[in-house]
Amino acid sequence: MSPRQWFLFPARLWMALFFAAPLAIVCGYSFLTRGDYGGVERPWTLESFTRFADPLYLAIVWRSVWIAALATLLCAVLGFPLALFISRAGRHRNLYLQLVLLPFWTSFLIRTYAWIFILRDTGLINTALLRLHVIASPMQLLYNDGAVLLGLVYNFLPFFVLPMYATLERLDPALLEAAADLGARPFTTLWRVIIPVAAPGLVAGSVLVFIPCLGAYLTPDLLGGGKTVMLGNLVQNQFTTARDWPFGSAASLVLMASSALLLALLMRSRMAKELM
Amino acid sequence: MKSRALGIYALCALAFLHVPLLILIAFSFNASRFTMWEGFSLRWYQAAMSDPQLIEGLINSVIIAIVAALLSTAIGTFAAYGVWRKSAPLLSGSLYLSLVTPEIVTGVSLLALFQWGFHFLHLRLGLYTVIIAHVAFSIAYVAIVISARLRNFDRSLEEAAMDLGASEWHAFTRVTLPALAPAIAAAGLLALVVSFDDYVITSLVAGVDSQTLPMVIYAMARRGVSPVVNAVSAMIVVAFGAIILLSQRLERA
Repeated sequence: MSPRQWFLFPARLWMALFFAAPLAIVCGYSFLTRGDYGGVERPWTLESFTRFADPLYLAIVWRSVWIAALATLLCAVLGFPLALFISRAGRHRNLYLQLVLLPFWTSFLIRTYAWIFILRDTGLINTALLRLHVIASPMQLLYNDGAVLLGLVYNFLPFFVLPMYATLERLDPALLEAAADLGARPFTTLWRVIIPVAAPGLVAGSVLVFIPCLGAYLTPDLLGGGKTVMLGNLVQNQFTTARDWPFGSAASLVLMASSALLLALLMRSRMAKELM
Repeated sequence: MKSRALGIYALCALAFLHVPLLILIAFSFNASRFTMWEGFSLRWYQAAMSDPQLIEGLINSVIIAIVAALLSTAIGTFAAYGVWRKSAPLLSGSLYLSLVTPEIVTGVSLLALFQWGFHFLHLRLGLYTVIIAHVAFSIAYVAIVISARLRNFDRSLEEAAMDLGASEWHAFTRVTLPALAPAIAAAGLLALVVSFDDYVITSLVAGVDSQTLPMVIYAMARRGVSPVVNAVSAMIVVAFGAIILLSQRLERA
């Protein structure tokens, strides 16, 4: 081996043994039959995949896609103006950028727990409203799709703001002045000048939010209550409680394939060439 | 006028990101068990520090995070350097893919691998399986930080060293490695945080005797709310914040 190969060897070995091989095993399991005591057995079958046609599981797939899409849309709507503001903040840019990033680096579990603390029956909002006699009994704010959506937007907003900021930062202010000089109204400038320039960031940010939202497990698990809300929960449930590894594997593959596909789309986009 | 509205909006958005954590921290100092302010108290901090489960979780988490960070920093740095010398699309691709793979999928697939391996080896899940898993997902983070630094590193420095008779290995250890040192430290701290924070993958591959701090916190959060969780959270948030700020400082150094 050349010296360069030696540098690559440890990572190659680790990724082959503990990333590729596990995925290959899951891939194989998804075509097997569930064993009597939870393991996997032959014969080979496609049954784990055809089970997705069951309305029960179709509903979970549909809800995952729908919640992830809605979370992405909300992140875009909330994140775009924030990124625009930061890109124009002059010398305070880095401070604002830090402020966006800092909660992103504090524990994911704790950030989700913070919302439980605020939203639960005896949480901050319900306690405050009860004491102010706005409501007579606690509102059910937690353990529903809305709470999951809120948690996802809260956790993944920085994923949208960063690439968005990176493209907006390169927007030449002269373009805006030119648009204004030529009589464009602010909305026209936004629509005809800013958004076309920002499109790669918009795409990259959306993909970067959509991927983790689609595969989310912890947020729907904690904020969505006990029921199986999204695909991530289905995978966990099949591998632990239900002990149906073939079906859990098939669900994993569905998630993995969609994430990989989206990543491939992202890498091919203009944004990847500009930013990576 | 328009930029003023934008500023007010940005302030609200930043508040949305920070206020929940600030509320959580504020109530860790509340004397009452309930979500009503009844005065300042450190009792939940005392309770947290004398909770044997939390202490055990903390110790496990620290061991795992340190070992996993050291290993992944070494492996990730070598990998980034190797890729910088000449591209290795398969490795780069799998590193990117590992970043976007849903944690739950990484977790169950590693669990499947370990269970399969246990048919042949008489082993059980434990701290070491968690460390293996953490290294697997941290390498990509390290490699990205180091690659970013290498992009601004002048290739001719190494070539000059080799022209002057240094071996490839010497050129790496004497020229490139010192220049990378701050980035390596930054990447190591990042790996430390990523490992310490993980719940989803850890919960699937941890043995019964290797509960980590996030696992204990999760169990507490599931059981119902206790201000002890707020106190632990506050300590973690502050410690993480300090480590990340340090890491970013180093990255730019």
